[in-house]
Amino acid sequence: MTAFSGLSGQLSSPLVPLAAVDWHAAFFMLFAALACACAVAVVLADSVVRMAFYLVLSLGATAGLFFLAGAEFVGAMQLMIYVGGTLVLLVFGVMLTAQAPFVAIKPSTGDKLLAGMVGAALLAVLLQAAFRVEEWRRPAVAAATAPAPTATPLGMALLGMRVDDPAPGSTGVRSGYLLPFEIVSVHLLVVLVGAAYLARAKRRRTPRAIDVAASAVPTVERSARPSSSALISGGRP
Amino acid sequence: MNQAFFLPCAAGLLSAPVGVAHYLVVGAILFTAGVVCMVLKRNALGVLMGIELVLNGANVNFVAFSSPELRGPGAASLGLDGQAIALFVILLAAAEAAVALAITLNFYNNHATVDVDRAEELKG
Repeated sequence: MTAFSGLSGQLSSPLVPLAAVDWHAAFFMLFAALACACAVAVVLADSVVRMAFYLVLSLGATAGLFFLAGAEFVGAMQLMIYVGGTLVLLVFGVMLTAQAPFVAIKPSTGDKLLAGMVGAALLAVLLQAAFRVEEWRRPAVAAATAPAPTATPLGMALLGMRVDDPAPGSTGVRSGYLLPFEIVSVHLLVVLVGAAYLARAKRRRTPRAIDVAASAVPTVERSARPSSSALISGGRP
Repeated sequence: MNQAFFLPCAAGLLSAPVGVAHYLVVGAILFTAGVVCMVLKRNALGVLMGIELVLNGANVNFVAFSSPELRGPGAASLGLDGQAIALFVILLAAAEAAVALAITLNFYNNHATVDVDRAEELKG
């Protein structure tokens, strides 16, 4: 500890003193710039795979913002569910659907222009709303104490018990989130069963469009590699 | 509002300590990028990624409003409610992504493309 502080003091003494750096603001700027730049890159990228990669970076940087705001449980959930789960799902979707002519489907220039104007107008409205309230712009007091961990109060609240401090001025019974938790869990179960039902490989009476497209290519190429329909349906006849 | 109000606020964000307005700006940019991604991409997976960005921008705002450290002294905050809402949004986004990907796979199996402009059987 002392060796580290001495080393850091030695390194930074000619330039900015290390103690004067607001690390919270510095890391906020880093994560915010990463999140915003990668979100814009998702819009600008043409390839689906690159879009997925930029989306991973943007969502991960947002998890860093959650940690900085004192919501470490939500940040961990963001990393596990979004970056770990949803993105794996998306990449599987890319692998199952992307073929060479379909990877980059470009919008027309007029569409791009129109979308840019709509986006700029929407951003201007949202930013003005963000700056409108004086209380939101007021610089926060420097937090002398570390924020209280929120994982335990959040977990207890999901079980129906509130152990966190009540908001100033609030009285009466505060309810937990047991019922929404149950609703969401049943919802997830139904949704995943439904997704598995929707995405299953079906036996078909009429030839699919993908088979028609595959039969249009020369037979030499078809015999060289198995057709994609055989891969999707698991090799069933 | 006019630029005389807008520009000093944007410049003051860089010097002021981090507050709710900083997070709101990040959330606004993520939301706008998501909306533009949704309306611009013709790839169904690109539309899905736009939806994820929109939900993520909303989550940034929820978490920022729930944090008492980002507010001025004495100001009310959402407290634990904002974080719980953010959790539910994340879970429902995962469910939505699963169903939407299943629909996309089905669409790809039937049409041999993921171009959403080709889905026009229901057009009146």
